[in-house]
Amino acid sequence: MSNDSKFTPKLIGMICNWCCYGGADLCGVSRFQYPPYIRLIRIMCSARVDMKHIFRAFSNGTDGMFIGGCHLSDCHYITHGNYYALNMVLVVKKIMEHMGINPKRLRIEWVSAGEGIRFANVMNEFGREIESLGPLGKGERISEINLEFKLNAITRLIPYIRVAINERLRLQFETMEEYEAFYGSEEFARLYDDLIGDKLAISQIMLLLRERSLSTREISEVLGLNQSDISRHLNNTARQGLVRYEEGRWRFALA
Amino acid sequence: MEKEAERIGDQLVRNLTGSNFVDVMVVGGGISGIQAALDLATAGFKVYLVDSAPTIGGHMAQLDKTFPTNDCSMCIESPKFVECDRHPNIEIITYTEVEKVEGKAGDFRVTLTKKPRYIYESKCTGCTVCAEYCPVVYPDKFNQGISKNKAIHIYFAQAIPLKPYIDESCLYLQDKTCTICQGVCQSDAIDFTQKAETIEVKVGAIILAPGYEPYDPKLRDEYHYGEFENVVTSMDFERLLCATGPYEGEIRRASDKKHPRKIAWIHCVGSRQVTPGGNSYCSAVCCTYTQKQVILAKDHDAETECTIFHNDIRSYGKDFERFYQRAENLPGVRFIRSYSSIVREDPETKNIMVRYSTADDGVKEEEFEMVVLSVGLTPPADFKRLAETFGIELNAHGFCKVNPVNPMETSRPGIFVSGAFQGPLDIPESVMTASGAASQCGELLSYRRGNLSKERIYPPERDISGEEPRVGVYVCHCGANIGRVVNVPSAVEYALTLPHVVHAEENLFICSSESAAMLAKDIQERGLNRVVVAACTPRTHEPLFRDTLREAGINQYCFDMANIREHCSWVHSKEQDAVNQKAKDIIRMAVARACHLEPLEEFDLPVDKRALVVGGGVAGMTCALSIANQGHDVYLLEKEAELGGAARKIHYTLEGLDVQAYLRDLIKKVYQNPLIHVYTNTVITEATGYVGNFTTRINSGGRDLEIKHGATVIATGAEVYKPTEYLYGKDDRVMTHLELEELIVKGNEKITGAECLVMIQCVGCRNEDRNYCSRICCSESIKNALKLKEINPGMDVYILFRDMRTYGFKEDYYREAAGKEVRFIRYEPDDQPQVEAAADEEGRPVLKVIVPDYILGKKLEINADIVALAAAVVPSADRKEISQFFKVTLGPDEFFQEAHAKLRPVDFGAEGVYMCGMAHYPKLIPETVSQAYGAAGRVLTLLSHDTFTASGSVCSVDEENCLSCGACIAACKYGAIEFYETPRGRKALVNPILCKGDGLCNSICPTGAIQLKHYTDQQLLNQIDARFKV
Repeated sequence: MSNDSKFTPKLIGMICNWCCYGGADLCGVSRFQYPPYIRLIRIMCSARVDMKHIFRAFSNGTDGMFIGGCHLSDCHYITHGNYYALNMVLVVKKIMEHMGINPKRLRIEWVSAGEGIRFANVMNEFGREIESLGPLGKGERISEINLEFKLNAITRLIPYIRVAINERLRLQFETMEEYEAFYGSEEFARLYDDLIGDKLAISQIMLLLRERSLSTREISEVLGLNQSDISRHLNNTARQGLVRYEEGRWRFALA
Repeated sequence: MEKEAERIGDQLVRNLTGSNFVDVMVVGGGISGIQAALDLATAGFKVYLVDSAPTIGGHMAQLDKTFPTNDCSMCIESPKFVECDRHPNIEIITYTEVEKVEGKAGDFRVTLTKKPRYIYESKCTGCTVCAEYCPVVYPDKFNQGISKNKAIHIYFAQAIPLKPYIDESCLYLQDKTCTICQGVCQSDAIDFTQKAETIEVKVGAIILAPGYEPYDPKLRDEYHYGEFENVVTSMDFERLLCATGPYEGEIRRASDKKHPRKIAWIHCVGSRQVTPGGNSYCSAVCCTYTQKQVILAKDHDAETECTIFHNDIRSYGKDFERFYQRAENLPGVRFIRSYSSIVREDPETKNIMVRYSTADDGVKEEEFEMVVLSVGLTPPADFKRLAETFGIELNAHGFCKVNPVNPMETSRPGIFVSGAFQGPLDIPESVMTASGAASQCGELLSYRRGNLSKERIYPPERDISGEEPRVGVYVCHCGANIGRVVNVPSAVEYALTLPHVVHAEENLFICSSESAAMLAKDIQERGLNRVVVAACTPRTHEPLFRDTLREAGINQYCFDMANIREHCSWVHSKEQDAVNQKAKDIIRMAVARACHLEPLEEFDLPVDKRALVVGGGVAGMTCALSIANQGHDVYLLEKEAELGGAARKIHYTLEGLDVQAYLRDLIKKVYQNPLIHVYTNTVITEATGYVGNFTTRINSGGRDLEIKHGATVIATGAEVYKPTEYLYGKDDRVMTHLELEELIVKGNEKITGAECLVMIQCVGCRNEDRNYCSRICCSESIKNALKLKEINPGMDVYILFRDMRTYGFKEDYYREAAGKEVRFIRYEPDDQPQVEAAADEEGRPVLKVIVPDYILGKKLEINADIVALAAAVVPSADRKEISQFFKVTLGPDEFFQEAHAKLRPVDFGAEGVYMCGMAHYPKLIPETVSQAYGAAGRVLTLLSHDTFTASGSVCSVDEENCLSCGACIAACKYGAIEFYETPRGRKALVNPILCKGDGLCNSICPTGAIQLKHYTDQQLLNQIDARFKV
């Protein structure tokens, strides 16, 4: 895909009024140029960005979403909203990875109102990155239908994920490095699987089985998860009486 | 004395309310006068804003862009015109001269002469049919005479008032031969019998803001201005650059109307010259405005070759150094350090031959298609009459004579001066001094604040509930800023196809007061209930349009802006197709959101009348005094044991001020003021709250205290760089200037008896680590050099410099130093001086300073006894903490970042927080004082009100969906959300007074039950969907 020079990405950004929007304005005033395919939405604080907004943008087919806030510890509000935004974005990136969507399509950056040139640089970099990734879905080699299906599954889980973040995944570090280290760690991977990964897998399985009964292998192919995990989820949900095994057809169906 | 003034004041108010009696008269309606009028009017005073021109606006209105941000000049200034025009406490009186000023501070009687416009302003609709029919074409003054206008015309498109006037070229006025205009005027608004009208007014104080006059190069034949057609002044060039200029933003030359591809700028025209016709001072703004013009010329046509003939490049202001580098690094731009002269004009091509010399090539001649003279600033044309009329003294250059430690104070009490009549100043300084002069008027007239002022009254709001959205879309050309890149008519056509859009139209400048009036009328007539303006950034212009909606009787929240300038035309100027698509997308997204916008109610929050000033240096003390003198308690915090800050180490200034005596006096005034509460040895431990209601916890000498205040001023100063260069710290003969000054004052013989002393400039700044100029060091070195020469005339003093930046009147001292044989040797950053401990021929220990001499073309060795380093000014160590406490921003060099580089130089983006002094950027004492008064003036615009109106964009909870999980309550550090009992159990409830509208809780709420008004999920999701659904 990266060779397809004709690909013009569709990008969307949500940026905070106090810093990043100011940076984007200064960038304009200074006439620093960047690719014309992003559209920006102004919000008061990056913390206002919701998972729902992100997945809605991807459902709409955005090739990349940008979130811009004040530098960490420089949030205009005493709530330090940008830490919340970062936290949420890192969880969502993990979800994207899990779903087979390249997490690089979601980017969060800090740009102060004085950093016009930085805004242009970030836009140029992000633009180049998305160009190299190719269109959403195609770049990942996921079919359109499968992508839509996955995004549906995740959208249904959003209320639950918010609770999971509030209860278990709200972590307070000082620096970007610490955040990145944690969200790349085994510990987080385990937490994620426990709290979100398994639920998301099950949600997807249930959605799939709604259409027709499927074998473990078929489910595994669609979801991009290994068969043993799928079996585990199916056994658990079967125990809960949500699915049943169709003897002889080697398939699972909704109970 | 004060009592008596109060008594007289009261009596006057009683007797004269309703007549020609106001608090302050501001003379001069340029940016400085406008700012002064707005600050005073907002702070509870009634103001006359008087201008001799047919409109307010001044020279700033003529500029195309402003440095160093390249903001569109008219775009940032014209909203202020509208604000003045709409302000109930400002009366604009244009085309009027001041004839006579009698009386004294608190009680002036002023005689004004209103020149005849020959127009009934009340009858005129501003339709300009008269100008169409007028047969007389006459050089257009606004366009520097480059293009023509009619004898009857409106001064410029955004003029206030937007009424024509008839100038001296009118045929009727000359010999009564033509009255066409009268015939075509439908409103019968033209009256040739009008005579000059004399008006007597009474005012308590006067602010003089008459601005400057650009230097007239005709005074010196060598420039051939007016003789060679393609020699223009920089002011002419501003108009050529401008979309509203003579060629609609195309740079053309007079001789053949072709685009010049090879342009030269000549610096210091009329400045830094002691020969007849010139001025000895430096005009302070020309270096940087030239760089701006170069950048813009390249922007107009990337192929243009630009050559700048210059002396020192004086990039001494905030962010100027980067701006200089930006211009210098453009391809096809040459900065040539050389004297240059215009030799001749080619009779055929009308090209201009310029002679100059370089170290490498010697004397050369080169042909240019256009030459721009970077002309300096001179006093207003009628400065002598001005001085006589107002009874004020002038300085030797014809500018206003001011108190050296209070540049707003003239020689006559009650008359203050702001802006460039103080001396050459740039726009932010003109704005700062305007706010500062306003504050000093406030001190004088504090006793009668609020007596004459009125609150703004809006028409009642139309109830739009239940109505389908009826959206109006207004797409702005912004002159050429948008229009040249975006196809505006096609964007308008597109907008009309969008759902719920009932009207769309284009506009040249939607922010002009004429357009604003049109917009208000349009909203009413078309019954619009949602408005989208596709123009520039909401960060600067949203308040203006919201106000227009209020004028039209529509809730101000039913408005959205589509930013098709900063986020579109300016950043994709070379991508025609994509940029048009983007503009349409942005408009579609804004309309999608607008359809779901709801009317919101705002809240009045009480304002705590006390102020907190952080930092007890000259800035903090001056600011605290001015606030306290207007009746407000001030808490003044100082981290050291004593007040004084950096000034404690300074003993004298270039102008000869005894700094310590001044400081003692200032400290005494602070301690004697009963309203100022000084806390020394104090650190801040916590700061919370918001505009009007801050709470700051401090530890003062071990005691913990809590201070409540409505406004905050950051005056935390700066520090001196500790050099690692030139043996500093290794050899005690190497010292900083502050250390040198200390030793000079102490009469240290090693210093005063030195045979040779070398000063090295730019130590620790103008380099990769600190990419800025510390502004004050050149003056500091000249100051110490002159002092040393005074003490020991035989001493050899050398100053090794990169550019001598003695801007403004300080240039005279530079010349004096050169006259006293202080030797100036220039060095380049890639070939810096070297200092080593050595011995001279006689074996005497010296510091051997090796420096290249570009004139002699060899290395020069100087045996110095002492080396003084002009060490950089660096931001204060506690800047990060302070910025985090008060939620304010630091700039790229880590000085505090003002809300707007040009027009809000003492405000922060965060409301209720202001700054002054070196916390903002290095500056000299008088500049610090100006900004300190400026900050006080801004503080008073807040503290003079009992309430502050808080945004209606706050959160609210849909009880149905609230799970009472408490996540929002835990996250909201403002404590704005609480549980309360309902018949259906505990639910979250938002206190709108405490909610700050960040919307964090929205993304935490599992069910989306809590929503931030104006940024609801519905509004945002619609906007997101609209991005993709063409």
